[in-house]
Amino acid sequence: MAINAKNLLNRITMQDYNTNTVIRLSGIKYRYRGGESLDFADLEIPSGQHTLMLGDSGSGKTTLLHILSGLLQPNEGTVQVAGEDIYALSARKLDAFRGQRIGLIFQEAHLVKSLTVKENLQIAQGFAGAKVNNDRILEVLTLLNLGDKIYSYPSKLSRGQMQRAAIARAVINRPAILVADEPTASLDDRNTERVLDLLITQAEQHGATLIIATHDKRVKSRIEHIYQVS
Amino acid sequence: MKVLQIAWKNIRQNPATSILGILLTAFGTGILCVLLLTSHQLEEQLDNNSRGIDLVVGAKGSPIQLILSSIYHMDNPTGNISLAEAEKLAANPMVKLAVPLSLGDNYRDHRIVGTDSTFLQLYGLELAEGRIWQEDFEAVIGAEVAQKHRLHIGDKIYGAHGLSSEGHAHDEHPYTITGIFKPAHHIADRLVVANLASVWRMHGDEGDEDVHEHGDEHYDENHSHDLAGVEEHEHHHGEQHPQEDGSSDHQDEPQLVKSIVGDVGTSEREITSMLIQYRNPAAIGMFPRLVNQQTAMQAASPAMESARLFSLLGIGIDSLQVLAYVIMLMAALSVFISLYNALKSRKYDLAIMRTLGASQGKLFGIVIAEGILLTFVGALLGIIIGHTALYLIGASTDGTATLLETLVLLPQEGWLVVIGVAIGFVAAVIPAIKAYKTSISQTLSGN
Repeated sequence: MAINAKNLLNRITMQDYNTNTVIRLSGIKYRYRGGESLDFADLEIPSGQHTLMLGDSGSGKTTLLHILSGLLQPNEGTVQVAGEDIYALSARKLDAFRGQRIGLIFQEAHLVKSLTVKENLQIAQGFAGAKVNNDRILEVLTLLNLGDKIYSYPSKLSRGQMQRAAIARAVINRPAILVADEPTASLDDRNTERVLDLLITQAEQHGATLIIATHDKRVKSRIEHIYQVS
Repeated sequence: MKVLQIAWKNIRQNPATSILGILLTAFGTGILCVLLLTSHQLEEQLDNNSRGIDLVVGAKGSPIQLILSSIYHMDNPTGNISLAEAEKLAANPMVKLAVPLSLGDNYRDHRIVGTDSTFLQLYGLELAEGRIWQEDFEAVIGAEVAQKHRLHIGDKIYGAHGLSSEGHAHDEHPYTITGIFKPAHHIADRLVVANLASVWRMHGDEGDEDVHEHGDEHYDENHSHDLAGVEEHEHHHGEQHPQEDGSSDHQDEPQLVKSIVGDVGTSEREITSMLIQYRNPAAIGMFPRLVNQQTAMQAASPAMESARLFSLLGIGIDSLQVLAYVIMLMAALSVFISLYNALKSRKYDLAIMRTLGASQGKLFGIVIAEGILLTFVGALLGIIIGHTALYLIGASTDGTATLLETLVLLPQEGWLVVIGVAIGFVAAVIPAIKAYKTSISQTLSGN
């Protein structure tokens, strides 16, 4: 089944196509192993914009998110992030680029279980090639109300605390892009609001472009720009 | 955080499987370490104890038994030999030094050796305190005997008949300790040494007063016990002097003793065996043949018999080595299973690390580091276990093990650590490749 996203509603307005484009996707096609393929509409997202990728489960949101995050190479097309054709980079450079410029948040926190909250943030700095900055770690954790959990292991955190720690890890390197995949999927309304607040606040505080992929329609009211995937 | 730190944290995350891998490696390495140390010490002991002894002459029988009883003092002697026959051999120009031994008794499992002053010369023994025997039933004891039984100068000890302490006690003739040898780190540390006459008299031979007078005179005159003293003894008794026998290649050598006649003074008696040192290498081929073909005695070469003995022991050592390698193989398997299973539960961790910028190589390195760390720690622990086990075995068997000796590390033990690390590497390769090939997208999508 081929899903053509080109004709679908794209509510990114023309005035948003300013010169400061941070993500540019063109001619993206991806074929799954089973032969199923996806064609994605060209997309340009300006720096600092908050964009919602909305679509039902299985529509290809996550695939698109992985493609623009440098996690999944498309079969066709180019992906430019912060002016860099990321799939033209060597694997090693792409890894480093991802660590430095893209912050990823998932439905589950996926903190490294053997490391404390602080160490989870330290590896995020280290893998990105940055020097470990404990002041910065403390600053981010304090902002997210996790200052007292700095030496806690993930198993000792509540679900909400883990989610906040994952957000802290994503923003620790001041990424240009903050990508969240289904961050509210299993949350109630109150917690959905809290997580969205956090993501939007953190993106604004760090001047990051925020992209949220979700099928959760509760998120629609909080994000102005919507990219419909189906 | 460094790769090693992350690896160590991951190891701590799964304590049960990690400890199993570490312990298996430790046991394997420990066994190999014990084998290495014991075979090294055995070889060293065999070497030390037989150093300077080119040949042992004794009664016909098993040559290994002759070597064991006369050099290592471990087995029953093969019998006695005629002193007259021994004297003839000692006077042979090919012989540089001949040391008579008369065995038969023990003091709490320490052999009582009847001999003469050449025994000290052969083994390079020095007195830590006291003096050498001057009378019958005076004895000098090895450092280990003194330490183990807390014996001092002037103490009296009672020998027991035979070679174990369960034999009939010789209550009628106690030995008085007149001296204690400095530690020599060979068999002499575990011996009680007296003159030949003491051993003979202990066994009811009171007949030849000449023996005692002679012996007494000898020690009175040579109480300094150095080579010069020995030389004086030799001249005093007018025995064949090396320079008189026509050989001229030893002008500068200390004048050594062939002192059997000097000490004993009779050819009617028997001794257990005689330790021979050759004057020159030419004797190696000729002298044993002379003994074996022209006398009723047998000649046994310590070098050959020790090698034979060691090769016999080697069979046992080889078997234990195989066992140790099997355990090491199990350790490798355990580490492999531990890492492989851990990968399943850590697949998200690895994928997340990739999203954070970790390269495939870094993930490979982390898993390899985990394998190496597990076996490295295991190998170090194994070496500690090996040394501790050896210390405990030594302490429980003869109480002579010292902490200092067990702290000595052999260079070969470094190879045990290298082997351990190599096993860790090999065990981790497949899980590491799997980690290397982790598809971030598939993992995070739950596919």
